[in-house]
Amino acid sequence: MTTVTKPEGAPAANAPDGFLSVRDLQVTFSTEDGPVKAVDGLSFDLARGRTLGIVGESGSGKSVTNLTVLGLHNPLFTKTDGEIVLDGKELITATEKEMEELRGNRAAMIFQDPLTALSPFYTVGRQIAEPYMKHRKVSKKAAWERAVEMLAKVGIPNPRERAKDYPHQFSGGMRQRAMIAMALVCDPDLLIADEPTTALDVTVQAQILDLLKDLQQEFGSGIIFITHDLGVIADMADDIMVMYAGNAVERGTVDEVLRAPQHPYTWGLLNSMPRLDSDLDTPLSPIPGSPPSLLHPPSGCRFHPRCTFQDRVAGAAGRCVDERPLLGPDRASACHLTADQKRTIFIEEIKPRLA
Amino acid sequence: MIQFIVRRTVGAAVTLFLIGAATFFLFVAAPSDYASLACGKDCTPARLADIREALGLNLPLAQQFWDFMSGIVMGRDFPTGHCSAPCLGVSFYSGDMVWSTIMDRFPLTATLTVGGAAVFLIVGVGAGMIAAYRRGTYIDKVATGASMVLSSFQIYFLGPIVLTVLVYSTGWMEDPKYVPITQDPVGWFVGMSIPVCVMATIFTAQYTRMARSSMIEQLAEDSIRTAKAKGMSRRYVFFRYAWRGSLIPIVTVFSIDLSALLGGAVVTELTFSLQGIGRLAVDGAVNKDLPLTMGVMLFGAFFILVINIFTDITYAWIDPRIRLS
Amino acid sequence: MTEDTVLPAQREQVTVGEPLLEVSGLTKYFPVKGGFPIKRTVGHVQAVDGIDLTVRVGESFGLVGESGCGKSTTGRLITRLLEPTSGSIAYRGKDISRATRRQLAPIRSEIQMIFQDPYSSLNPRQTVGKIISGPMEINGITPEGGREKRVRELLEIVGLNPEHFNRFPHEFSGGQRQRIGVARALALEPKLIVADEPVSALDVSIQAQVVNLLQKVQKELGIAFLFIAHDLAVVRHFSQRVAVMYLGKIIEVGDREAIYNRPRHPYTHALLSAVPEVNLTDDGESAGRERIRLAGDVPSPISPPSGCRFRTRCWKAQDKCATEEPPLVRISGNQEGHLTACHFPEEPTTEARDEDIVLDPALVALEEGAGE
Repeated sequence: MTTVTKPEGAPAANAPDGFLSVRDLQVTFSTEDGPVKAVDGLSFDLARGRTLGIVGESGSGKSVTNLTVLGLHNPLFTKTDGEIVLDGKELITATEKEMEELRGNRAAMIFQDPLTALSPFYTVGRQIAEPYMKHRKVSKKAAWERAVEMLAKVGIPNPRERAKDYPHQFSGGMRQRAMIAMALVCDPDLLIADEPTTALDVTVQAQILDLLKDLQQEFGSGIIFITHDLGVIADMADDIMVMYAGNAVERGTVDEVLRAPQHPYTWGLLNSMPRLDSDLDTPLSPIPGSPPSLLHPPSGCRFHPRCTFQDRVAGAAGRCVDERPLLGPDRASACHLTADQKRTIFIEEIKPRLA
Repeated sequence: MIQFIVRRTVGAAVTLFLIGAATFFLFVAAPSDYASLACGKDCTPARLADIREALGLNLPLAQQFWDFMSGIVMGRDFPTGHCSAPCLGVSFYSGDMVWSTIMDRFPLTATLTVGGAAVFLIVGVGAGMIAAYRRGTYIDKVATGASMVLSSFQIYFLGPIVLTVLVYSTGWMEDPKYVPITQDPVGWFVGMSIPVCVMATIFTAQYTRMARSSMIEQLAEDSIRTAKAKGMSRRYVFFRYAWRGSLIPIVTVFSIDLSALLGGAVVTELTFSLQGIGRLAVDGAVNKDLPLTMGVMLFGAFFILVINIFTDITYAWIDPRIRLS
Repeated sequence: MTEDTVLPAQREQVTVGEPLLEVSGLTKYFPVKGGFPIKRTVGHVQAVDGIDLTVRVGESFGLVGESGCGKSTTGRLITRLLEPTSGSIAYRGKDISRATRRQLAPIRSEIQMIFQDPYSSLNPRQTVGKIISGPMEINGITPEGGREKRVRELLEIVGLNPEHFNRFPHEFSGGQRQRIGVARALALEPKLIVADEPVSALDVSIQAQVVNLLQKVQKELGIAFLFIAHDLAVVRHFSQRVAVMYLGKIIEVGDREAIYNRPRHPYTHALLSAVPEVNLTDDGESAGRERIRLAGDVPSPISPPSGCRFRTRCWKAQDKCATEEPPLVRISGNQEGHLTACHFPEEPTTEARDEDIVLDPALVALEEGAGE
């Protein structure tokens, strides 16, 4: 039947100073079992000073996408297609040297587990000072001073002394603060935070999330915030993109996606998540089945094997199995249900269960 | 740090004593002894008793052991003369002082070990690192393939081939022999070059494979990704971040190899008919020569223990998470 | 060994609400070794330090807290995977804290455990059937119709295909593996299941499947749960009564309503306010939660603060908190069964305050800077 031949429509025309734009990104890993298409035709934009939350489960391609933006995949095993433009500069075709100049300088990244993400062999101060020294061409001493200043900014008590410590001498929360200091040391335009609080305790998570928000006010970076936790995304993001099995399935502002979600997968996520204010008599309604293997992704809509709404799709029977739904620009969801259906189903069937 | 060294030194001394005791009593418990071997076919009980008395084997076992162990610290007097500390006794077989025999032989083994180690550490680890850095390229494939083939060779196989080619059939080089470096540096170098190179080749292959896989493992660490993500160059990430972590397994294996070789590179010495510590150990065991065997055992154990302490200090230097004491 | 074992059919009926498990003064210290020249114990990690709790028949009791609070250690003490330093664990009135293997045998089958990591808690070399029937074999139980029939039944209960009993764990997904873990725990018809973070390694959509399964098991089979988790929303969803732990102590315990809507302990307030929430109301009304941001991380359990252990991070702490440890009691204003260990408790509400409590110096600095 029909297959997708044209890339997803260009989203977010309402982002005038959109300085990161990704178009029809395809990332394929070669593995022993065969090629794995981890990201398949993804497009999104990010404006300066805004936060885009990418939410999805493991294997959804959310981390892969962002490692691709910084060119951090091993080119030996990875094939990347499409377009990533950061402030007018195309990154997929950029040389390794150009990417080095960009990383840690204009675009920085915070990783999930600060214990393994920081090197055990060097002091925290040195690890923060390194990119500053390289990108700003300053002396070792000036870079060290900057590292101390950054540690103070992220709330490490006694920063001058603590800069000489090794990461294992820091607590979990402090390590993540050091990681943030390291990412922000060159005042980047783009900050990618990949599950930055997943490994942390909830009270520490709250501190770190607030810290990131406050620092964004001061530094004005655009943030891509990757998480599996809808609560965190609601707290952090301006816009949301929901990913499933290497595709974006829904996008919009936080209010749009969380209060009037349109995609059955988003409905499923909301319905499976217990909240502090949810009704205790309503059981959770999980999404049936498990996420698909990307070695052999389902045909058509990748969500169709787990979707309970596909029989309501108008048109030829089995449309969800044969035809991949496209994600339009701006506020959109990649689903064959009509806009009316999406609205009615949410209001009549999904929302009551969220009370 | 000082506390650590003191504690480990005390521990090492105790270990040496225990090794001495184990060697001694196991040796004595063996079914045949030197005296009956030396007595020969027409042995009479009287002659056997004479031999035993001459060797001090008539004394109680505990006393024999104590005499030996205290001799190491304080020296001993033999009918043949004084044996100053560290005294490892007098060989049953040759009648020479064991310590001076070991000291005679040690320069050869040391040359073999240090020369070989220098080659296999630099070439082996270097080749492994380059292979990892250029992973997937022809350089990597050649290095991996060659090391695979070479590490499946054995010294007693490769040695005779090299000797045949370089010495016997072409006459380009002379038979390997040891000349003290103080006497003739060139002769020392030329004489030992074939055994050192053959031994080093086999080890180099192993170190190449180990360094490569250790490096590749390190390059997959999260901290390496972080270093790249902050714009550090590939070279910098490789030689500042990954390199350091990859050293730990290399240091571990190297310390084991080094101490084993210093205690006698048996196979190499036998292959090239060299008279080193390894040869001595074999002789001691074959001849049931108790003092010689004890001496060589303790000498080797000493190196193992000292190198062990240095290894632990090296670990702490490489990785700040490992704290001494 | 098997003579004493109570067979499912012979089990006497117990009414819901009766105490099933009563823990009192339970303590676990892990020694810290060090010193020169001879290694000796130089200190203790006070993982669990004198906790009391009661799990009633058929109820789900939640244990929440952050890493290092001792909740997992508590679970392991109760299932006797660890030996307690002191204190008693009474199961149906019988102290099992010092029981020998032989004495424990009849009780072992009644207390089962579900672990966090479905990948490492199943033997990869055994078939699912073997894994699930393992507990029956060890305890010498042959149910009516044979073990294989029972395994099929159990697979059916946990929502797996009963025909798959011959497969190996690696052939299942993470969520399915956790179902196998549940089936194994159910094999002996236990009265109490200790579930240690049973869903935290799973994806959100799978998490809900397992929570629902556990809920079904709890309600339909009347099994009591000690549900240990760090996710406050999951615990709220699953547990009728909840205890909050901090540095080896229970600092507040009560029914779900009390803990989530009328908490008194400042730490409970801080925990609840830290949970990031999706605001689903159309008018944004539920944004009215209080905002409390603590400073720093949890102190080391090797040398916990004197007096009240939370005082070093508490905004209400006074001198008394350092000298006098607050007892876990029903303080004035608490309802029956709601106990709080605090000298200066908070108001029983989680509504937003006039002024946020922000103790983190970095946040204070940044927010003041932005305000100017």
